[in-house]
Amino acid sequence: MIYILCLILFFIGLYGIFCKKNLIKIVLGFIIMENAVNLFLILLGYKNNGIAPIMTKSMRLDEFLARSVDPLPQALVLTSIVIGLAVTALMVAVAIRIYERFGTFDITEIKRLKG
Amino acid sequence: MNTLPYFVLIPLAGAFLIVFLNVLTKNKVRVISEILANMITLALFIMTIFMFNKSGMYVIGKWVPPLGINLVLDGLSALMMSIVNLIAFTATLFSINYMRRYTANNYYYALFLLMLAGMNGVLLSGDFFNLFVFIEIASIASYALVGFGTEADELEASFKYMVMGGIASTFILLAIALLYSQFGVLNMAYISKAIANSEFNILLRFTLFLFIAAFSVKAAIIPFHAWLPDAHPAAPAPISAMLSGVVIKTLGLYAMIRVMYNIFGFNGGNMLAYMGLISIMVGGLLALGQMDMKRLLAYSSISQIGYIILGIGLGTKLGILAALFHLVNHSVFKSLLFMNSGSVYHRLGTRNLDEMGGLNKVMPITGGTSLIASLSISGMPPFNGFFSKLLIIIACIQSGHPIFAFWAIAGSIFTLAYYMKMQRYAFFGALKESYKSIKESPFFMSVSMIILAILCLVTSFLLIPQLRDAVLTPAVEVILNADTYKALVIK
Repeated sequence: MIYILCLILFFIGLYGIFCKKNLIKIVLGFIIMENAVNLFLILLGYKNNGIAPIMTKSMRLDEFLARSVDPLPQALVLTSIVIGLAVTALMVAVAIRIYERFGTFDITEIKRLKG
Repeated sequence: MNTLPYFVLIPLAGAFLIVFLNVLTKNKVRVISEILANMITLALFIMTIFMFNKSGMYVIGKWVPPLGINLVLDGLSALMMSIVNLIAFTATLFSINYMRRYTANNYYYALFLLMLAGMNGVLLSGDFFNLFVFIEIASIASYALVGFGTEADELEASFKYMVMGGIASTFILLAIALLYSQFGVLNMAYISKAIANSEFNILLRFTLFLFIAAFSVKAAIIPFHAWLPDAHPAAPAPISAMLSGVVIKTLGLYAMIRVMYNIFGFNGGNMLAYMGLISIMVGGLLALGQMDMKRLLAYSSISQIGYIILGIGLGTKLGILAALFHLVNHSVFKSLLFMNSGSVYHRLGTRNLDEMGGLNKVMPITGGTSLIASLSISGMPPFNGFFSKLLIIIACIQSGHPIFAFWAIAGSIFTLAYYMKMQRYAFFGALKESYKSIKESPFFMSVSMIILAILCLVTSFLLIPQLRDAVLTPAVEVILNADTYKALVIK
C-alpha cells in the first residue's frame, strides 16, 4: 500500500516535468520525483518497532538481526539526497540565468533551438 | 590491480587541486590549470595502455564483496577506458588555445576532470550504487559544461539536457532500488548470479525496462535523442568532442551493454538492432537538412550510434566485434570533426555553413584533417570507418538479416551525402573576400587534430589478428559470456 503511494508521488513528479510550462514548476516536479524514489528506498529498510542497527555487547546476534532496520538504504539515500541537492542547485541556477536572458520562465517562449 | 582506484582518484584530486591553486593565486594564472589538466590526462592515458589484456578486481578497504565496494577491470572496460582517456587528452590539448576566449578557465578544467573521474568510475565500478553515483558525477559536470558559455542558447540547451538526463538518472535509481528490494545486495556480479537462479518475473522485466529506457536517454538513441542536437552544438568544441566521442558511449552504451548482457543475461532478440536501424535512418535524414555545422555533426552522432547498436543487437560474435570496432573509430573521427568545427569557429566566429567556403586555402590543416575524418566516417577505404562498417554489414548478412544490411548501406550513403555537403560548403569552393586574412588554427589545436587524423588511419590496424586478439577480442568475450564477469568477482 505504502509503495503504491510512493509510485503515485513519482508520477506526480513526472507529470510536473512533462506537462508544466513554467521552469520553476519543472524543477519542483523533478524534486518531487527524486524524493519519491528516496522514500521508496528508505521504506525498503523499514521494520515495525525496529531498532538502530548498532550492536551492543548485551544483544544476541539473532535477536539483533530480527529487530534492527536495514542500514544500507539509509546510507544510499543520504548519498542520493546530496546528489539531488547538486542537481537541483544547478537547475535553479540555470533557470535564474535563463530568466535574465529571456525575461520569462515560460518554456513556450524559450525556444530558440529547434530542428 | 592496485592501480585501479587511481583512475578515479587522480582526476578527482586534480579537479580539487586546480580550484585550490587558483584560489591561492586569485585566478590570475591560467597556465597552472592548463599544465596540470594536460599532465593528468596524459598520465591517465599512459596508464590505460598497460591495462590491456589484464583483468581483475580491486577491493576497497579490504571489505570483500558482496559487503564492500569493488572495482572490476575486464576486457570491455579496458578498451573503453583507453579510448576515453585518449580523447580526454586530445581534448585538453585542444582546450589550451580554444578556451582562451572564455573567462573562468580554471573552473572549466576542474569540471572537465570531474567528468573524466565520473566516466572512469562508471567503467570500473563493480556495484550498482557506485555506478549511479559516478554516472551522476559525470552527468552533472557535463550539464555545467554544456552551459559554460552562459549565452541564451547554451543555457536553454543545458536546461533541456539537465531535465532529460535528470529523469534518466531517477529511473536508474528507481531500478536500483527495485533490484535491491528483490535480492538485498548491490554488487553486480552477485545480482547477476541471483537473477540467473531466479525466474524472470514481471518486476525484473520492469526493472530491465527502466534501465534500458534510462540508458537510451543517455546514449541518445531515437526516440530519446531530443537533448543531443541542442546540447552538443552549444558546448565548447572540446566538450562537444568529449560528449559525442565518449560520454554518450560510456554513460549510455557501455552501461546498457553491461546491464543487459552481463547482469540480466538478456540479449533482447532483435530489439536493439531495430532501435539501431531507426536511429541510423532518422539521424541521417535529419543531418542532411542542417546548415549549422555542429548540429549536422550532432545528428550524425545519433546515426553512427545506431550502427553500434545495430552491431551489438545482432548478438553474433562478428557483429559485436564490428560494433566495438566502430565505437572506437567513431570516438576518434567524431571528436576530430567537432575539433575541426571548433577550429573554424575559433577563426571565423560562425558555425553556419552558408557563411563559410574555400577554407582549404587559408586553413590547410583544419581542411585536410576534416577531409580525412569525413572520408573515414562515410566509410571510404583505407580509413578505419570503411572496415568497421563493412564488418557490420557482413555481420548482418551472416546472421541472416539481409534487410538490415540493405538499410545499413543506405544509411552509409546518407552519411557520405551530408559529409560531402559539409566539405563542399565549408572547405571547398570560392573563398570569401573578407576571409582572405584568416590564419591557420593555433599550434596546440593543430597538434591535437593531427594526432586524431593519424589515429583515423592507425586504428584500421586493429583488425590485424594479433592486435585484434589483444584489444577487441577480450571485450567481445566479456559481452558474449556473462560468466567471465561473474568469475572475476565471485571467487
